[in-house]
Amino acid sequence: MLGIEDKGVLAAYLLCLFSTALCVVYGLINWNRGDEPVEPDDVKWIAKEKKVEEDL
Amino acid sequence: MLAEVEIAEIIVVLVYLLVIVYLGIMGYLRTKSATDYLVAGRQVHPFVMAMSYGATFISTSAIVGFGGVAGLFGMSVLWLTVCNIFVGIFIAFVFLAPPARRMGHHLDAHTFPEFLGRRYESRFIQIFAGFIIFLFIPLYAAAVLIGGSVFVASVFEMPYPAALLLFSVIIAAYVIVGGLKGVMYSDALQGTIMFVGMFALLVFCYRFLGGVTEAHQKLSDLAPLAPANLQAIGHRGWTAMPKFGWGSPEYNLWWIVIGTITMGVGIGVLAQPQLVVRFMTVRSRRELNRAALVGGVFILVMTGVAFTVGSLSNAYFAENGPELTGRVVKVLDAEKNLASLQLMSQNEAGLWQDVEGKVAPVKLFGDVDQQVEVEGQTVALQKGRSISIVYAGGLADEIIPSYIISAMPKWFGLLFLLTLLSAAMSTLSSQFHTVGTSIGRDVYEQVTGQHGKSTTITRIGIVIGIIYAVVISYYQRESTFIARATAIFFGLCASAFLPAFVGGLFWKRMTRAGAISSMVVGFVITAFWLTFIKSQEAQTIGLSEKLFGRVSLLLDHPNWPVVDPLLVALPVSIVVAIGVSLFTQPPSKEHLDKCFRGR
Repeated sequence: MLGIEDKGVLAAYLLCLFSTALCVVYGLINWNRGDEPVEPDDVKWIAKEKKVEEDL
Repeated sequence: MLAEVEIAEIIVVLVYLLVIVYLGIMGYLRTKSATDYLVAGRQVHPFVMAMSYGATFISTSAIVGFGGVAGLFGMSVLWLTVCNIFVGIFIAFVFLAPPARRMGHHLDAHTFPEFLGRRYESRFIQIFAGFIIFLFIPLYAAAVLIGGSVFVASVFEMPYPAALLLFSVIIAAYVIVGGLKGVMYSDALQGTIMFVGMFALLVFCYRFLGGVTEAHQKLSDLAPLAPANLQAIGHRGWTAMPKFGWGSPEYNLWWIVIGTITMGVGIGVLAQPQLVVRFMTVRSRRELNRAALVGGVFILVMTGVAFTVGSLSNAYFAENGPELTGRVVKVLDAEKNLASLQLMSQNEAGLWQDVEGKVAPVKLFGDVDQQVEVEGQTVALQKGRSISIVYAGGLADEIIPSYIISAMPKWFGLLFLLTLLSAAMSTLSSQFHTVGTSIGRDVYEQVTGQHGKSTTITRIGIVIGIIYAVVISYYQRESTFIARATAIFFGLCASAFLPAFVGGLFWKRMTRAGAISSMVVGFVITAFWLTFIKSQEAQTIGLSEKLFGRVSLLLDHPNWPVVDPLLVALPVSIVVAIGVSLFTQPPSKEHLDKCFRGR
C-alpha cells in the first residue's frame, strides 16, 4: 500500500494522518467550549509575569 | 557565492526583512507578547496563536537535524511525528495544559522549577530543577544553533565556523537588544511561511518522483544502497523498520530509532520547561482546544514533511544528484543497476586513478562510459548517482540543506533559510530566557533569599548560556549531533521532571519526598547512563574510558550501549515517585486546596 510494504513504516505514515485528524476533530468539536472567567489569581499572575518580562 | 545572488533573490530577502521589521515595530507599538494580550484581556486569533506556538517550538533542530536523521535512517523516524502529534499536541494540550495553567496561576509560578517547588513546598526542588535546566538546556540550544548555521553555510557556501559566528552574533544582538519577548505577529508570519514552505517542499518532492506511491516505491527499490555500516546495525532500506530484537549489534538501529529518537524526544516534550510556562500564558481552555487543531496540522506539515522529504531525498539524489564516475567494485542489485562504485578522477596528465577511500553506493545509469588503463589493467568506467548522505559529505545534519539547495529554486532556498533562521531565533530566545530565569529566579533568589533582585544574575546567566551553546556548536560536529543533543535534553527532562510534574497535576497523594526522590533518581540514572553505558555519549564525555579503559561498561552486552537512558530512568523514577509517596506524610489539606482550587 502506498508503495510501502513494511507494516511498521506504513502504520507510522497512516498514524501521523490519523493523529492529525484526531486533533482536527477534537478542535472542531470544542472550538467554542472551555471559555473560563478571569479570576483574581489570573490577574495577579499576569501582572507579575508582565513585570518579570519588563525587568529583563 | 553572494556575488551570484540574482535580483529576484535580493528582492525576496528585502521584502522578507521589511515585513519582519514592520511587524516587529507594529508589535511594539500595539500588540506585543502573549502576556500583553492577557493584560489587555484581549483574544488572540487562534490562527495567530497556533502559528506563533509552532514557530516557537519547531525549529532548525526538528527540520534540519531530525530531517537529516530521516535521510539517513529512513521513514521509520515518522514514529516520532506520531508521538509529536499525539503526545506533544493532543495529550499535552488536552490533558496537561489546562490543569498546569490553573495550578500555575494559583501558585503564582512563573518558571517550571518554581511551579514544581511551590507545588511541593520545597526550595530544594526549585533549586535542583533550576540547576539541571541551566546546565543542560544550552545543549538543546546548541542543536538549534548548529541547524541554523549549517543552513547558512550551505546557502552562502561559506565555512561552517564563519556561519556559526555570524548566526551567533545575530542571535546575541537579538536577545540582548530585547528580542526575548516573542512578538506574536512576527512569530505567526514565520510560522506561516514555514508551513507554506514545507508544504511546497512535499508537493515538489512527490511530483518530481512521479506521485506518492511511485515515490515510496522508488525509495523502497533503493534499499540495497543503504550504507554497509548501517546495514550491519539493522538498516533494511528507507521504507522499512530496522531489524528488531535483542542481544546482537544488528538490532542497534531499532533501539536508536524507537528508543532514543521516538521515545526520548516524543515523551520528553511533555516536561519541557518552556512549554509548561507557555501554557500558563494562555487565556482559557478554549484557546488550547483551538490550538490543538491548528497545532496538529502544523506539526504534521513540519516534522512529518521534514522526515518524509528527508527520506525521499535519497530517491531524488539517486535520480538527479551530481554524477559520480568510477569503477564498480561490487554489484548490489544487478536488476536495479545498483552497485558500489570506487570513485575515480583524472589527474593532471589526464590519467584516471582511484580517489582513495571514496567508495559510494550508486544507481548506475547508461552503459559503460569508456575503458581506461589503470596501473596496467583495463577498467570499465561507469557513471552513477548516489544517496543523500554521500552528497551531504557524510554529515546527516547537512542532508536537508543539500536537498533544498539542489532541488528547489535559489530564491526558495533563501526564503526558507530566512524563515528557518527567524524560527530558530524565537526558539533560541525562549531557550536563553529559560537559561537566565533558571539561574536567576530559581537558583540565586532561592539560595540567597533576595526575591525580585535577580535581574542582573538572569542577564549574566543568559550571556553564559549563549557562550556555552556557541562553544558546544563549534566543537561538536558529528553526523547526527543535532538529534542526539535534542534527545539528551528531552530525555533528561522526562526522567527527572515528568513523574513530579504529572503527579503534581493529577495525584493529590504525591508527596514532597516522592517528588524529590524521583527527580534525583531520574537525574542520577540519566547522568550515570550517559557517562558509563551509552557508548556514543560516554565516548564524548570520556570518563568511562579514563576510569575503566572502555567506552561503555556494557560494551560486550549488545544492545545495552545504545539503549536510551530514558528507557531505564523514567520507569524507575515513576516507581520511586509512587513508592516513596505512599510511605510518606501527604501534603496538608490547606496546601492541596490552594493547588487544586476549583477541581
